[in-house]
This record gives sequence, structure tokens and C-alpha cells, in this order.
Amino acid sequence: MRHVIAVLMENESGALSRVAGLFSARGYNIESLTVAPTEDPSLSRMTIVTRGNEAIIEQITKQLNKLIDVVKLLDLSEGPHIERELMLIKLNTEGEYRNEAQRLADIFRGNIIDVTPSSYVIEMTGDSDKLDAFVRAVDNERIVEVVRTGSSGISRGSRGLTL
Amino acid sequence: MELSGGEIIIRCLKDEGVEYVFGYPGGAVLHIYDALFRQDDVRHILVRHEQAATHAADGYARSTGKPGVVLVTSGPGATNAVTGIATAYMDSIPMVVLTGQVPQPVIGSDAFQEVDTVGITRPCVKHNFLVKSLDDLAITMKKAFYIATSGRPGPVVVDIPKDVTDPNTKIPYVYPEKVEIRSYHPVEKGHHGQIRNAVAAMQRAERPVIYSGGGVVLGEASEELTELTRLSGFPITNTLMGLGAYPATDRQFLGMLGMHGTYEANMAMYKTDVLVAIGARFDDRVTGKIEQFCPNAKIIHVDIDPASISKTIRPDIPIVGPVKQVLGDMIDTWKESAEDAEPQSLDKWWEQIEGWRSMNCLKYETNAEKIKPQECVETLYRITDGDLFLTSDVGQHQMWAAQYYKFDKPRRWINSGGLGTMGFGLPAAMGVQLAHKDAQVACVTGEASIQMCIQEMATCMQYGLPIKVVLMNNGYMGMVRQWQEFFYESRYSHSYVDALPDFVKMAESYGHVGMRVENPADLEAAMREAFAMKDRFVFLDVVVDPAENVYPMIEAGKPHNQMHLSPYLSSERELA
Ligand SMILES: Cc1ncc(C[n+]2csc(CCOP(=O)(O)OP(=O)(O)O)c2C)c(N)n1
Ligand SMILES: [Mg+2]
Repeated sequence: MRHVIAVLMENESGALSRVAGLFSARGYNIESLTVAPTEDPSLSRMTIVTRGNEAIIEQITKQLNKLIDVVKLLDLSEGPHIERELMLIKLNTEGEYRNEAQRLADIFRGNIIDVTPSSYVIEMTGDSDKLDAFVRAVDNERIVEVVRTGSSGISRGSRGLTL
Repeated sequence: MELSGGEIIIRCLKDEGVEYVFGYPGGAVLHIYDALFRQDDVRHILVRHEQAATHAADGYARSTGKPGVVLVTSGPGATNAVTGIATAYMDSIPMVVLTGQVPQPVIGSDAFQEVDTVGITRPCVKHNFLVKSLDDLAITMKKAFYIATSGRPGPVVVDIPKDVTDPNTKIPYVYPEKVEIRSYHPVEKGHHGQIRNAVAAMQRAERPVIYSGGGVVLGEASEELTELTRLSGFPITNTLMGLGAYPATDRQFLGMLGMHGTYEANMAMYKTDVLVAIGARFDDRVTGKIEQFCPNAKIIHVDIDPASISKTIRPDIPIVGPVKQVLGDMIDTWKESAEDAEPQSLDKWWEQIEGWRSMNCLKYETNAEKIKPQECVETLYRITDGDLFLTSDVGQHQMWAAQYYKFDKPRRWINSGGLGTMGFGLPAAMGVQLAHKDAQVACVTGEASIQMCIQEMATCMQYGLPIKVVLMNNGYMGMVRQWQEFFYESRYSHSYVDALPDFVKMAESYGHVGMRVENPADLEAAMREAFAMKDRFVFLDVVVDPAENVYPMIEAGKPHNQMHLSPYLSSERELA
């Protein structure tokens, strides 16, 4: 099962490596990990996407909680939540493909943010499935490079993961 | 009062009530050593290798419950300390390790004696800190002691760049009384509803077993454990780390369980219907094959660390909390509810257990020519009236000591259980002896293990530590040899300990007393003679039967009911 875990942690050097180290030392899988400071500069918020059966996910959350730098965490996938990821994708648009690329970007609500005679850079946000779908939809031969941030997650409703 | 960084560190140690710092100097900690020189509140014990500093601090901590403190320099000082830090981490021992670091302006430049200490130690500490400013120093020290000693204890490393201890920079010293860490809240109390459920299950049990571990020792809950066990009349088994938490000479005690546990303890585990696990973590050396672990039991698990619960075995009734408080609550609840409903009679269960016990699984064959290692431990037990602080190294001798020395009190049996660190025994004994000046302290060891920290005989001489080393010299890395005999058709690949030194001369060259015993008839007298030298360090080289194996034995990954018993027992039974 895929799980999305939101972690609020001390914004200290080394905190990220504690989390990354925990996952590699215990052999847990990380699909993606994003981190940045929050509105409170002393705190960072991390979104970890991982996979595992119930027992593994239980251990992951317990072991994360055990890290002294972790203030709070929430398994977002236990309730309604939203995930968004940003992708920047550069396509080779030489010849016929310019129109097709633009049409696909429109359908997926992407923005073309850099244009040269032979290329587009398209910016797109969405959940990971949508970005996967876009990557599948464009002609594979046309992809120059893909940059994805990994998912950031937040719960739906009025409550939040705060201090 | 204005103090420099070095002075602040020493003042913090004093304010924490630290008696001893185990350390070794070097460039990055010279300012701290200078501050040490100018005071006499905190006593520094100079070891001969940084690994020994950590083990000595560890032995001090295990025997007192107070945190052990270590001071080492950057680079090789810190890396040498890592084995001892990992040892303490695996057994949840409170320890604060101060490491020097190169000055901040050169961090990251591969400066002389620079290593990323915080990075190297991260996976084997409860937490670590790099002190970046003098202003953070005192509060970081406070946090380090608080984290190391609270909740599930563990080692904390404080890495201190040399510029932070500069004697020319001084600031006012304030040591906080208390510290709040918003991201760290150890559980203070077990859930009462869960405790009631547990007690109800225990009172309905027909074949209960209490299985308790190192957590009871660390949590100072030995009295409560004993009371609950007596109150309930349940049989009890201890892990290697939990020995002494329940008096081993008591009838309800089944001995140690697990890979080298007793027949009765392991059989009881296999047949139990309610298992009460207290401060134990279901280590693989204890559980054997997970799928067949206590196959018919309802499992109650009490632990202070939520992550210990369901890590390998999923309990039916988990209770997260300090063992002392939880056991106290269990006792009260038991007393209240026992008035309403009479608990199950355990007579039949005890009858079955006594049947297993009558097998006498620890029996061994004595020999007129060769000293049996088991006999060596039994003699040690007898001549010391079971009243030793006994440290151990790692191997067969460790298992024999655990099996044959009956510990009636907690904090008396001191060994590296989780990491299994050879070289632990002698330096750990130094920490124990310093903490307990008038107590008898001994170290059982093997000729391979002792050579891993043997240089500490010099430390013992310098500080006049009257430790007794009991070397069970079988000429082999016996535990390795045993596995090779069983699982590699006796191909003894590199497990013969060749070119052994003359240990008697070696001890003498350090200024100590050395003795060697080869004949079973001389063993007891030699031991008595050694222990009679109250104020001398004595190295007793006991030549034991090299072919002896540790029994019973459950092969790794096998269930509790599949034990190899000593061939001597089976031959004896055939005769009968
Ligand atoms: C530092 C370290 N290296 C290797 C081992 C693996 N090991 C476990 S027991 C053992 C043999 C110990 O031999 P000895 O000290 O003579 O004890 P004996 O088993 O003979 O009683 C070895 C090599 C270990 N536990 N620790
Ligand atoms: Mg040996």
C-alpha cells in the first residue's frame, strides 16, 4: 500500500539526514521525499511517500516519531487529503510536434514557460498520477528531460498538522 | 560568573552530579582537558583506548543507573569510541559522549583529525548534537543528559568544535534546572484500561509465563516484578539482559530463555497460553522462529518504547509506559480483582514445568583431568556467595556465566547483549569497580575477547582497581568453533587462537598478580586465593576443556521446542 506521511520537524541541519538515514538503515522504501521550512522558520515540513504493508507502515511512523527532531507526524493516507507535485518537462518541439505539445499541455492544464525554436518547457502541477499520465501522453522520443519535486500533501478540512 | 567553553563543560558535568569522566586527550579537546586540570570536582579516568572509555562509562551506567560520561578527541578518538557507543545503544544504556571537533572555520575541509562524528554516530545514538556556538553549550549539555536518561535510555553524542571551548572567550554560566524539548515527550504512564485487560487475561490464564528483559533493570522495576510474580504465582524467565531482575535462586524462576535458555523456560514459552512480556524486545536470539513463537498464547507486552511494540511480535494487549509504574498498577489491579474472582489454579501447569525442570538440562560431565568451563562458573558462584558484580565478554564463557551464575539482584550481571561486543568485559569492570569501591567485581572472559582491550590492565594499575579477571581459556573462539562444529562439519576456519601470550607474565608486567590453573583439583583453592587478594587486580588464567559446547541450544530460526540438549544428558538417560 502507498502511504503519504506528513512530518513536522525541527528545522535543524542534520534533521533531513536523520530521516533519510532511518529509511536506508531499516530498509524502508522511499518513493519521494520533499522538505522545506514552514511559516514558522524553526519548523520544516516533510512529505514522505512510501510503500509497505500495515506492519511496516506502523514501524515507519513509530520510528519517525522516535527521532528526537520529529515534532509531529500524520499518515495523510488514513483520511481525505490532497497531494500535489510540480513537474518541469522539456520537450523537443521541432517540426510538427509544436502544436501537439501545446494541445496536450492545455488538456492537462500545464503552462509553457520557456520557448525556443526547437523546445518547450512545460510546468505542470497535479497529483502524481496526473503527471505520470502526461509523461505517458507525450511522445517519448520528444522528452529531453523531466524534473519532478515529489508529492507534497495536506489533509482536507479545517484541521491541520500544527504544533 | 564568566566561564570559557571548556570550563562550562566541566561545570555542567559537576552540576549533573557526574563523578567520573572516562577519556583520552587529543588536540581538539585540549581546552577541555585544561579546564579539567584546574578543578577537582569531576574525576577523569585515563583509559588506554577510546573504546575502553565508552565501555567503562557503560559499565558505570549499567551498575548504577546513572549516565556514563566519556570525553574523547576528534577524528580517531571519536571513531575509536563508536564501538562502545553502538554497544550502549543496542542495550539502551544512558551515556553522554563528548567528542572534540576541529574548529568550525575548517569543518568540511578535511582538516587534520576531522571526521563527520555526527554523521558517523547518527545510526547508533539516541540523539546527537553539534554545538555551533558557545551560547548553546550549557543548554545542549542539559538536553544531552535529559535525553540520555529519560524514556528508553541511550547514548547521546555532543560534538564540540575546538573554537567553542576557546579559553579566551567567556560568557556568563547558567545551567538550566529543567529543559523542555517540544519534540520529545517520553510516555509517563501506561494506559489503565489496557492494564486491567492484561490483569484479567492473566487471572484467566491456565499456563502463564512472565518473560522479562533488560527494561526491568533499566526501569528500576525489579521489586515490582518480584512482587507481581510472587502475587500471581506465575513462572518467570529472564532474557540475557534481564538476569537479576528476579532472584535466580527462587523456585518460580525458570532460568534464561532463548538460544541458550533452559529446557523448562523454552518449553514453557512454547506451551504458554498467556505470555506477559515486560521490558523485553523479542530479540531474534529469544524468539527463534517467529511463526512458531508462543504458538498458543495471548501476548501482553509492556514497554516504554512504542516502537518496540509490534516490531517483530504483534501483542494482543500492548501497554506503553514505564515498567515500574505499569507493574505497580498491575499489582494493585490484581489485588483488587482477585477479591472478586479467584484466579485459576496453576498446579497442573507447575507440575508440567517441574517435569521439564527434572530433566536438569544444565547438567554436565565433570572430568578429573580437564576443568569444565561450567564448573569454573559454578566454583566462582560458590566462592563469591553469589554476590559479585560480574562483567563478561562475548562467546561461550558469556553464556556459561549467564547460565550458571545465579544473579539475585539487578545490575549485577553486566554484558553486551545486543551488539555482542568482544572487548567489553574488562573496561566495563573498571567502570563498575569505580562506582562500587568496596564491592567484588570480576570479569569472565575468553582468551580471544580479553585481547581486544587487554591494554586496560594499565588503567587498572594506575587507579588501583582490584578487579578479578577469570579467563576461561579454551584456546578457541569457542562460540565460533561450536557453530563450525555444528553447521560446517567441524571445519574450524580461523577459530583457533594461536600464539597466545603468557597471561601470567603479561599481568605481572603490568604490575598485577597473574595465576594459572590447569587441574580441576586446584580450581577452587586458586579462585579463593585470587579473591582473597582484596586490593589487588588478579588475572586468573583457567585452562578449560576446549571441546565443550554450550547447551541447550536452539539453532537460529528454529522454534522453542526444538532444542539440542547436551549429548551427556541423552547418554545418561539411556543408562537410566
Ligand atoms: C568484536 C567482535 N568480533 C567478532 C565477534 C564474533 N564472535 C562472537 S564470539 C567469538 C569468539 C570469542 O572467543 P573467546 O573470547 O575465546 O570466548 P569463548 O567463546 O571461547 O568462550 C567471536 C569471534 C564478536 N562478537 N565481537
Ligand atoms: Mg576461547
